[in-house]
Amino acid sequence: MLDVIIIGGGVIGCAIARELSRFKLQVLLLEKTDDICNGQSKANTAIIHGGYDAKPGTQKARFNVAGNKMYESVCAELDVPRKWNTSLVVSFSFDDHDKLEELLRQGAVNGVPDLRIIGQDELRAREPNVGRTAAEALLVPTGGIVCPYELTAAFAENAATNGVKFRRNAEVISVAKTEGGWRVACKDAVYRTRAVVNAAGLYSDRINNMVSEDEFHIHPRRGEYYIVDKKYADVFHAAMFQLPTKMGKGILVSPTVDGTVLIGPTAEDIDDKADTRTTAEGLEKALRYGSLTWENIPRKDFITTFSGLRAHSDKDDFILGEPADAPLFFNAGGVESPGLTSSPAIGQYLAESIADKLGAARNEAFDPIRHSIPKFREMTMEERARAIAHNPDYAKVVCRCETVTEAEIREAIRRPVGARTVDGIKRRTRAGMGRCQAGFCTPRTIELLCEELELDPTEITKCGGDSYLVQGDVLPNAEEEGGEQE
Amino acid sequence: MKKVQIVIVGGGPAGLAAAVAAWEAGCRDLLILEREEALGGILKQCIHNGFGLHTFGEELTGPEYAARYIEKVEAYGIPYQCDTMVVNISEQRVVTAVSRSEGVQEFEAGAVILAMGCRERPRGALGIPGWRCSGIYTAGTAQKLVNRKGMMPGKRVVILGSGDIGLIMARRMTFLGAKVLGVVELMPYSSGLKRNIVQCLNDYDIPLLLSHTVVDVAGKERLTGVTVAQVDEALRPIPGTEQIFDCDTLLLSVGLIPENELSSMAGVELSAATSGALVDEQLETSVPGIFSCGNVLHVHDLVDFVSEEAAKAGLAALHYAEGKLPQPENQMVVESGFGAGGVVPQRMSKTLAEPVQLMFRSRGVYPNAAVAIELDGAEVARRKFRILTPGEMVRMAFLPAWAAEHPEAQKVTVRVVLPQEGGEQV
Repeated sequence: MLDVIIIGGGVIGCAIARELSRFKLQVLLLEKTDDICNGQSKANTAIIHGGYDAKPGTQKARFNVAGNKMYESVCAELDVPRKWNTSLVVSFSFDDHDKLEELLRQGAVNGVPDLRIIGQDELRAREPNVGRTAAEALLVPTGGIVCPYELTAAFAENAATNGVKFRRNAEVISVAKTEGGWRVACKDAVYRTRAVVNAAGLYSDRINNMVSEDEFHIHPRRGEYYIVDKKYADVFHAAMFQLPTKMGKGILVSPTVDGTVLIGPTAEDIDDKADTRTTAEGLEKALRYGSLTWENIPRKDFITTFSGLRAHSDKDDFILGEPADAPLFFNAGGVESPGLTSSPAIGQYLAESIADKLGAARNEAFDPIRHSIPKFREMTMEERARAIAHNPDYAKVVCRCETVTEAEIREAIRRPVGARTVDGIKRRTRAGMGRCQAGFCTPRTIELLCEELELDPTEITKCGGDSYLVQGDVLPNAEEEGGEQE
Repeated sequence: MKKVQIVIVGGGPAGLAAAVAAWEAGCRDLLILEREEALGGILKQCIHNGFGLHTFGEELTGPEYAARYIEKVEAYGIPYQCDTMVVNISEQRVVTAVSRSEGVQEFEAGAVILAMGCRERPRGALGIPGWRCSGIYTAGTAQKLVNRKGMMPGKRVVILGSGDIGLIMARRMTFLGAKVLGVVELMPYSSGLKRNIVQCLNDYDIPLLLSHTVVDVAGKERLTGVTVAQVDEALRPIPGTEQIFDCDTLLLSVGLIPENELSSMAGVELSAATSGALVDEQLETSVPGIFSCGNVLHVHDLVDFVSEEAAKAGLAALHYAEGKLPQPENQMVVESGFGAGGVVPQRMSKTLAEPVQLMFRSRGVYPNAAVAIELDGAEVARRKFRILTPGEMVRMAFLPAWAAEHPEAQKVTVRVVLPQEGGEQV
């Protein structure tokens, strides 16, 4: 009998896993897809929100502000890149001054510190490249940016180091109450556990509705984005929001911790929870609104486009904790933006409630520290020389655009909850995330996965399932036919 | 820090030809740094023939062409280091490299030759909507998988873009038993060499769909199909013209981009037209003592011309390192006029010792047109072409006498003269 099963390996599930590992509990995390960080957590705006945006009194407001305050220490413990670059909510008409004031008041009620409205002069002094029609802005000093993939991987690695077990490609098909706990079934295994955590993101409604009369429903909301080349890293300093509308926070133009610039997201309600397509209309819209903030967006310097789905629930708020009719079943459902910001606080809150209910003792051996894979591109020449002397694989650059070495890729595979796919390597190391979008490094990355995991190239996928990369040898029958091809 | 007279960054066709030329001119202190495991650059995977007609008067495969130079490098004993990645070049020509065997190395170079080549434009740069599935490769990546790694990317193939690598891969995939359903080209003309269209598409009945593009990509995990539509004159997809191709592989041959990250670190100024360095007739960049040649300078159509250009850079770099290269002064600006794109070099001395090869690509398809060279608006030369297409580099010699005859001239303009303008009369 396990103590806790966590369903879902996104940033929320992994944050809860890490917080639970502070207690003496047998914890297993089940992830439906081939890898952690594969849903909302991999495709979002990567912002540490201040917390002005959520309606006062909501769980979103509470956990956003609480999560924001925890980020500095969490990122320090887990060695995750983050930057406190502030957020600006820009208005494009002086008539909207009242709306900025309203946001400021709302933020103050939520407990967001030091908010203030800045006029033209200060706005342009801070952001000389902001569009000509920009009028004023709300300055959010506690706004920041983070690498969401590394944060999720860091939670998972630290959880695993402290004893949490992870299973990927393990879709939960049923959850049922049993005597003394829960029965959780995957296709190939059945588990018994005292408590269950539902962190299934877009599918958190399905899991909740298996066990509780208090149903909710997720209506996926798609957002499409562009990523612009690193050479524009300094165009904007802050995350540049536009005044929110009913359909979301508007189109954001924001630097990322890796130096690229993000433009997006659009907000489109769709039916299919797996429909992460980009569309011509959506991408066009992102640019149209984005160009209010950034005039003359350099179209020739796009690196890629992507879309992400937000798990918007019909309760219009995070759904956290036990439903009245399902004790020891803990929801972390309907978590959409500001979920990434809230993740440390949600993790802490749920882990403490679960430990309390289960009467768990503290895990005295818990080690909060996790080190990032040392990044060649960030090292000084002296550090590079030392790294190569210690591990010569640091001298072999595989991804030229992001300067990622063989040492980093091998370590990403070998780590706890390590990479198993080309995309898994990409998110853990940035190999393939640069300008050439994996053109140069894919063949070598396939080979490294084969070497480390003792697999055949045909078994290597981009992102699990049927996303194979090569179909076999160019001359599959060469040996049988004595080296001759028909 | 080790002193080296000439450091050559890249051991592909450009780096090799530069090294051989410098050696043959007497340089005995040079070093080629190559990031891959062997010399030869992209030629290693270009196993088709058609290389070397201009240089050697015979048709060679890519590896054979490279071997002609590599054999000389070996015979002369020109030093080279493979598996060595240059990670920085300073304006003072300090080249920093890393390798398994040597760790971090720093070289103080008398002159530096940039010969890093180019990379392919990826899907993301085009913003093609749809799923982000596997099965979408740039043509060069697929070529590497097939020709160097022996792996087959897929069996039913659509190719977007009619650049030369795409055309070559259409034939290659056909040879290997794949079905190539078509080559889709956004423009009303191909950006590849005419001979490749004939030998790689026509000979195998592979359709070339001009003025078409891919408007959607299907397949949640692996690619299952692409939607292709015709485009109008503004290159916008025309609704109602969509057709679906069931395929498991999409290859992209939609442009090459000179790989100038290191050049930028050294402070080298780049051209918006070529994405390569701004150079003078000696192929010297804006940073004294740093030279650029081959596809890192501008994307060539034929490797023969890469070798020719690189040999010139090798010689100029040696002269610089020996203090014999004339100071760049009293220069004219070279401009791309109507119909001409990215003329190289962009600066030129008024006192030339020998003819300068002006190279550019036309910006459209111009049958029966001419190319004129003007000095401050006064035409000094005109040459007729049966057809100008963007797929083929135009080369015209600029003679020293012209500059001598126009000592006050500040500006050289290269432009296309259309037939109705009198282009065919010359």
